Amino acid sequence: MAEYLILIYGDEKAHEAGGQALWDELMQGHNAFGEKHAQSLRGGNALQPTTTATSVRFQGDRANVTDGPFAETKEALGGYYLVEAKDLDEAISIAKDVPAPHGGLEVRPVMVFD
Amino acid sequence: MVDAAVAAAVADAHRREWAFVLAATVRLTRDLDLAEECAQDAFAQALAAWPQSGVPVRPAAWLTTVARRRALDLLRRETVWRRSLPLLIDDDVTPSPEDVVVAEGEIPDDRLRLICTCCHPALAREAQVALTLRLVCGLTTAEVARAFLVTEPTMAARLTRAKKKIGDARIPYRVPPAADLPERIDAVLDVVHLLFTTGHTAPVGADLVRRDLVERSLDLARMLRLLLPADADVAGLLALILLTDARRATRVDADGRLLLLEEQDRTKWDGAEIAEGATLVREALRRRPPGRFALQAAIAAVHAESPSWGDTDWREIAALYDVLAQVWPSPVVALNRAVAIGLAAGPGAGLDALDALADEPQLAGYAYAAAARADFLRRLGRTEEARTSYEEALLLTDNAVEREFLDRRLKQLAERVE
Repeated sequence: MAEYLILIYGDEKAHEAGGQALWDELMQGHNAFGEKHAQSLRGGNALQPTTTATSVRFQGDRANVTDGPFAETKEALGGYYLVEAKDLDEAISIAKDVPAPHGGLEVRPVMVFD
Repeated sequence: MVDAAVAAAVADAHRREWAFVLAATVRLTRDLDLAEECAQDAFAQALAAWPQSGVPVRPAAWLTTVARRRALDLLRRETVWRRSLPLLIDDDVTPSPEDVVVAEGEIPDDRLRLICTCCHPALAREAQVALTLRLVCGLTTAEVARAFLVTEPTMAARLTRAKKKIGDARIPYRVPPAADLPERIDAVLDVVHLLFTTGHTAPVGADLVRRDLVERSLDLARMLRLLLPADADVAGLLALILLTDARRATRVDADGRLLLLEEQDRTKWDGAEIAEGATLVREALRRRPPGRFALQAAIAAVHAESPSWGDTDWREIAALYDVLAQVWPSPVVALNRAVAIGLAAGPGAGLDALDALADEPQLAGYAYAAAARADFLRRLGRTEEARTSYEEALLLTDNAVEREFLDRRLKQLAERVE
């Protein structure tokens, strides 16, 4: 078995525009996902929007602290799940059940240190 | 002593059986690199052993047994187990190495596992094609590099990256479950089709056809047909390759000039390939709705079985393009459909069909679209407009053979005016 991080990307503007109805629908989707894959779930969180993000970049010895997300993209990281799966195919099939209506998902294996 | 007959037998076995030997050995090693080493070693041993023992009745079984014995020897040395690369993920219950070494007659055919792993959607398309050529077709890294027109170190790095992703992301060495199989086979067919089209009309270079790539794609399509005899899309792709390749001897003249379907000597088309392809098309078309390869092959079959250009059933071809445009809508299919309409119902109707595609951005930079327009205008006697369209087409292609053809058409127009 191996651990995979499922990163959830979405368009924050579309989320805002969706209002309470979209929020409720998404929550329902995540609840259903959590129930269906309880066996595989090892963790997960939703993130506050990128307006709350702070980036730290290094220039030589200096750490520059700036407002905003690390990469400005239309679809921003909005949350993640940590799941256990026997291989990539199983991780992808779990990921397909994550609600991500205005964006998509990235599936990455977690590095193992022996 | 390595006599020529034995060397030829080993080369032939390499061409036919490499994938079988490697796939069965990967099953045991669960490590692609180690399995490759062992399979190569088995072919080297064949060169040494066959002059004395004679060529075995079933070379694949002989080679697989030797490769797996070698793998087992290496696996028993602990150092190999301590490789940093993670092992390939097999089925839920992985058999122990001893279980895998079964009687020679019972070696399972694992080639579909190998192909599905090489063409896994988590790999980039260029990595899929490179891995397929290297692992399934058994080409050397240098040969794969030549096929892609890149340097050998570049290709070696690309193959290493792809294998590392298979290991690190745990892409399984498995035939996908039935529910996922059609989608995964689609990806495999796309890779084989890409190899064929790249070989059939080389996008770069002086020659129109890259024979090596065409032959590899044909080998792969035949292998898939053997592994998935009931799959209509596999039948369709094999038919398409056979029916298109049947015209290879007539596509350019003695001076390397491009010859249109209209100008080709049909008596020189490959009758055996056409017969085999036509039988497969009929089978592939039985599935409803027919797949895109089956429809493309059916169009090629109409041409292949027509005694001359003048006898071509253009209504049938236009009707097949109608269905293809629904199953596999693309600007190029729409363009071919317009050309077929023009040949079925006259250049005026063809021009109307082309005008309907005028807003298609993908066709704006496509030489074939301008050339088709030029051809209908020429047939309508609108010489000046035809000239403009041929000149436009010339600006859009870099293939030397195609450019020469367009130049020739322009000269013919000039003669007509005089």
